[in-house]
Amino acid sequence: MSHPFHVVVCASVVPDPLQTLEPITGPTGPALKNELMLPAILDPWAAHALYEGANLVKKVPGSKLWLVSMAPKAKLQQVMMTVAQKVPLQLVAIDGPSGGFVDAHQTAAALAKAINGIADLDKSRLLLFGGWESASRSAGVTLQLVGEQLGIVDQFQGVDAITPNDDGSFEVLERVEGARHQVSLCAGPPAVLGWATGNLGEPRNDPQVGMQNMRTIMPSLQKAVATPVTSDGLQYSNVATPKQQRETQIIKDKPTDEIAREIVQWIKGE
Amino acid sequence: MDAILFLAHTEADGTLAKPALEALGAAVDLKQSLGAALIVGLYGAQAQPAANSLANCGADKFLAIQGEAFAPARYASDAAACEALARASAPTIIIAAGTSRNARVMAGVAHRLGGVVDTHITSIAAASGALQATRWFYRQRIEGTLTRTARPWALLLDPGNQPAWTGEPGSVTPEIIAVPSPESLSRTTVKGFVTPPADQQTIRPDADLLFVAGAGWTKKQKDGQPHVAEAETIIVDFLKNSKASLGSSKSLVDLSGENQAALRFLTHLNQVGQTGASPRHPKGLATCCHGEEPHTVGWRFIGERRAINLDAGCGWARGKADVLYVADAFEVMTKVNALLSQK
Repeated sequence: MSHPFHVVVCASVVPDPLQTLEPITGPTGPALKNELMLPAILDPWAAHALYEGANLVKKVPGSKLWLVSMAPKAKLQQVMMTVAQKVPLQLVAIDGPSGGFVDAHQTAAALAKAINGIADLDKSRLLLFGGWESASRSAGVTLQLVGEQLGIVDQFQGVDAITPNDDGSFEVLERVEGARHQVSLCAGPPAVLGWATGNLGEPRNDPQVGMQNMRTIMPSLQKAVATPVTSDGLQYSNVATPKQQRETQIIKDKPTDEIAREIVQWIKGE
Repeated sequence: MDAILFLAHTEADGTLAKPALEALGAAVDLKQSLGAALIVGLYGAQAQPAANSLANCGADKFLAIQGEAFAPARYASDAAACEALARASAPTIIIAAGTSRNARVMAGVAHRLGGVVDTHITSIAAASGALQATRWFYRQRIEGTLTRTARPWALLLDPGNQPAWTGEPGSVTPEIIAVPSPESLSRTTVKGFVTPPADQQTIRPDADLLFVAGAGWTKKQKDGQPHVAEAETIIVDFLKNSKASLGSSKSLVDLSGENQAALRFLTHLNQVGQTGASPRHPKGLATCCHGEEPHTVGWRFIGERRAINLDAGCGWARGKADVLYVADAFEVMTKVNALLSQK
C-alpha cells in the first residue's frame, strides 16, 4: 500500500466514570467539585479512536500518529503515564480546561491551531480521529468544528470501522438509527472520523512502548502552551444532578413461579 | 425580531420522520413564545411531500433543496444544503432534530455561518423572552440549562422529548434554492447500509421494554459451571416473546470482544451506560447487572424499572429500580418465557 496516512487523534481527559460527580459554581462558571483531584482517564470514545488509529498506522507503512490533547497540564501528565504504554504516539499537549461546561467552539479553535502547528504533518494525508462524543460535554461537535477549521469536507461520525484500499480510498462504517451501519466509500484523505467503539480491545500495557513515548511526551508537556478559555456569551442558569433516588421494593423468598407471573403481568400492563 | 429556521432532511419517500415533527413542534411553540418568524427549510431527494404535510404549521416561508445529489446522508452535500438554506433565510435560531444525519453536519454548518451550536437538547423555553436550552452533561449525569448571546444559534433536539407536531396537510410551493455541486461534494459515495438479520435484530428503539443483560449471565452458576449457551437461549426466547429491546452492560459486551465465553449476539451497539446508549423506553428489566454510576446513566430515561439479582444489597438496583427480585434470573426468565409463550 503506497498511500500512507497522517493520523491525528484528538482526545480529551475526563473523570473516571466510576467517580461521583457533583456540580459547583466556580469563578468562571459551573465546574465539578474537587475537579482537579478526581482520578482521570483518556476519554473512552477517543481512546477507541487512538487504538484504531494506531492499528491503521501499523497496517499502512509510512503512516504516522499524533495525539493532540487539551487538558490541565498536571491532569494530562497523570493520564499519559497510562496512555503512553498502550500505543506508539507523538503527543501534542495543550494546557487548558477540559471540563464538560467549557465551550466547544473555543476548544476546537485551540485544537485546530495546535494541529496547524505540527511541523511534519502533511494535511493532504490527514485523517483527523477522535471520539464522536466525549464523556464530559457529550455534544459531538468539537471534532466537526476542528475539521471545518482545517477545511475538511469529508466527515464521518459514529464510526465503527475503516478499511483502507490499495488506491488510497477507504470504506467507513458509521452508526445510524435502528442499529444499522451506513457504508461509505471516501476517495481518500483528508477526512474526519469521529469514532464510536470500533472493534479493537484496549491494548495491553507495554512498558517498552511507554519508555519510547516518554521521550517525546515529557518535552511536549513541558512545552504545552497555556490556553485560557472564556465563556464567550455562553451562560448557565442552572446546573444540577438530578434527584432520582427511588424507593426500591426488595422482594425476597418469593417462589419463582410467582415472580415470573408478576413480571409477565407487569410487562403486559395487566 | 428573531427568525427561526426549522431545518429537516426528508426521508427516501419525501416525507418527514417523527423526530423532525417533534422538532417542528418545539419550533412552532418557540415562534409563539418569541413572536418570531418561522421558516421551514427542507432538503433531500424530494421535498414536496414534506412541504405539503407541513402546509398548516404556521410557517412564514418554505424553502427547499431537492435532487439526487442530496438524497444520501453525506457530510459534504448535507452541510452545503443546510448552509444554503440558512443563508437564504438569515435565521437567528436554527432548530433541527438530533438525528444521525443532522448530528453529522450541524456543528460544521454553524461554524460556516459564524454561529454556535448545541446538541442533545431535551427542552427549549423562552419564558422571559430569552431562549434557554436544557441538556445533559457528563453522559446524562448532570443536567444544565444554558443560553448564548451568539447568533445564529443552532439547536439539535434529542428525539422522544416533545410531542410531534400534527396538522392537516395542504399544498405549498416551496422556494427552491440552488446549490452548486462541485466535485468536492461527492468525494464520498454512500454505498448502502449494513443491517443485522431480522432474527438477530435485538435493538428496537420503539419497544415498550428494555431488557438489560449483565455479566452475571456468563458467570458460574449454582453447580459451579457457567451456562452460556442456556443463557443465550433464554435471552433470545425472551426477546422473541416479549418484543423487547436488548441492552447490555459494558463488561458483558467486552467479554464478547475478547472472545471469552459470552453471548454471541451482543455487540457494542447493545451497550448502555457511560460509553453506550441511554435509550428511552417506558419499562426496563435488568438481570444479573452490577456496578453503580455507569449503569445509572444507561438507565436514566427508563420509566418503570425492575431488576432480578441474587444480591439483595446490590448497589446498582437499590435506589435505582422500583422493584428488586432477589432470585435466580435463569430460573425466573425460563418461567417468564413459558408464560409468555402460552398467551
